[in-house]
Amino acid sequence: MTEALLKVENLSIAFKSRHGELTAVDNISFEMAPGEILGVVGESGAGKSLTGSALTGLLEKPGFIKSGQILFENRRIDNLPYEQMRRLRGLKIGAIFQDPLTSLNPLYTVGFHLVETIMTHLPMNQAKAKDHAIRLLTEVGIPAPEKRFEQYPHQFSGGMRQRVVIALAICANPKLIIADEPTTALDVSVQAQILRLLKTMSKEHGAAIMLITHDMGVIAETADRVSVMYAGRIAEIGPVASVIKNPQHPYTQGLMAAIPIIGHQAERLAQIDGAMPRLNAIPTGCSFNPRCPKVFERCYHDRPDLMTAQDSLAACWLHDKTR
Amino acid sequence: MTNKIIPTTEVDVQNLVKYFDVSAPWLSRVFSGQPKQILKAVDGISFKIQKGETFSLVGESGCGKSTIARLLVGLYEPTDGKIKIKGHDISNLDSPKALRTLRKNVQMIFQDPFASLNPRWHVKDIIAEPIRAHKTLSDNHAIDKRVNELLDLVSLTKVDGDKFPHEFSGGQRQRISIARALASKPEFIVCDEPTSALDVSVQAQILNLMVDLQKELGLTYLFISHNLAVVYHISDHVGVMYLGRLAEVRDSKSLFSNPLHPYTRLLLDTIPDLDMSGRDRMPVAGEVPNPIDPPKACRFHPRCPFANERCKTEMPLPTPVPGGYVECHGVQENRLPAYVPIVR
Repeated sequence: MTEALLKVENLSIAFKSRHGELTAVDNISFEMAPGEILGVVGESGAGKSLTGSALTGLLEKPGFIKSGQILFENRRIDNLPYEQMRRLRGLKIGAIFQDPLTSLNPLYTVGFHLVETIMTHLPMNQAKAKDHAIRLLTEVGIPAPEKRFEQYPHQFSGGMRQRVVIALAICANPKLIIADEPTTALDVSVQAQILRLLKTMSKEHGAAIMLITHDMGVIAETADRVSVMYAGRIAEIGPVASVIKNPQHPYTQGLMAAIPIIGHQAERLAQIDGAMPRLNAIPTGCSFNPRCPKVFERCYHDRPDLMTAQDSLAACWLHDKTR
Repeated sequence: MTNKIIPTTEVDVQNLVKYFDVSAPWLSRVFSGQPKQILKAVDGISFKIQKGETFSLVGESGCGKSTIARLLVGLYEPTDGKIKIKGHDISNLDSPKALRTLRKNVQMIFQDPFASLNPRWHVKDIIAEPIRAHKTLSDNHAIDKRVNELLDLVSLTKVDGDKFPHEFSGGQRQRISIARALASKPEFIVCDEPTSALDVSVQAQILNLMVDLQKELGLTYLFISHNLAVVYHISDHVGVMYLGRLAEVRDSKSLFSNPLHPYTRLLLDTIPDLDMSGRDRMPVAGEVPNPIDPPKACRFHPRCPFANERCKTEMPLPTPVPGGYVECHGVQENRLPAYVPIVR
């Protein structure tokens, strides 16, 4: 494996609240190689988006990084001052958010958004920035870019807006793009277009993409590796084909079985009973133990870390070799 | 799916039309010389739902699925056409009393379980509301008993009745919505995207619960979703909507094994592939056009790879095919290539 672009080491994110500190992301570690697409899946509240915001330095109060570090190109970025982080974000790290309407300012033209971002990060004058912006719009597949440049976000459809947001994210050719649910607000037919675009961007620009989603289907066709999160921890991480075809953690197994698939006739869907625990009531030991069909004694008091499980890593005592 | 001896029609929708006037105010229209703008949300739709079965409507956002749901429960009044539930025309009932008895039979489950429950009410009062509104039970003790039965039916406990909605997760809230919908003992339930706000593991719980209740109580469902895999799992018949029209109505098996309308094929091809066959999703051209000014003739022709001159000038009419009907000139003229099923 080549030198990692991004290293997350023992990252914990917590919230200060009246009832004390709530740990939302608990001691996670992973790496990303340049040009790699890493999928992050999990149910709502699993800590996917928080991880993404920590990487872009957009963690909002009262959330804060409690411990651990984030290394980007071998440089610590989790403790950078605001202004330096702002420079880095946009230049080296791009972000794409779920709702393309709220990430664009309705009072400014699409062209203004692009030119502003380009001039902030790249040494270009107005005219050059405009040329660059139109080139970007063409690249993300917007027809008649010269005309579209002058238009406002409300004149764009959902899919087209998301293309604009992608153009904004790639305008300075970043090394890493954090895409937080980029297709959730879109229809399936448009979703396919946007995912294909993301894949091309990653291939052509060599950008690594962290694709956060709750849709396994999106991961299956886009990502190289996938990390499955549950209650603030990584339950399983590995190559996408192994995790989907041969899941090792009981949670991933349950998750995969619960997805209805066309052509598989089943009277009932397999279901995981119960719900993900709330942050203030995470059980001791393995956080999945109340719902796990394969639970045994050790799961109730020891917390498993990621361990080798065939081609992947899974945080489950079933894979403990010393057992 | 159910063993019916004599299939009876529970819901019969005939040529249903709903237009919305989305014009600017009169004075601005006069000054700017604009004509009236009419949004054709539902434009001539007919289908039947047999008792005890699940009929699903699928389509992209803005195609009119939710408008149909709202028409069927009486939240909108149709511009034209008929809706018959158990043989009674609900679009044309003048006596409020008759309408009320009928409404008891029709209930709805909404998409967003965070918006559809009153945050200031106890769960038991939320569930008892239809009972009190329809005066099916008057004695408070009997109402309590019925509420507990309902809570039990959706796998919640008696204690949950004294809590408020914010104390529950999304899946549990959707269970409360289902209990409320069942409170007036309806026979027909309209489910508007009941699982799209839920995570997959919870979605499986709710879908299983809905299937169990249908068997136990003999319910008829109109199920609205944009998720084809969920629709495949739950439906007996499926209607594929595009810009206010039904492109294809078939039984679930025929539709998914041999989709005929080019739009249905497009939808099936765009489902993300979980089996990792390495298949590339079909690149889809364009997006759903604006329903204020939909394409003339066949609504789908600007995006259709098989469109010819006739598709641009003449509106296709329903053509009977095995398991249902299709509105497509290509199918009628038998000039579409055979469907190549995706190897799964």
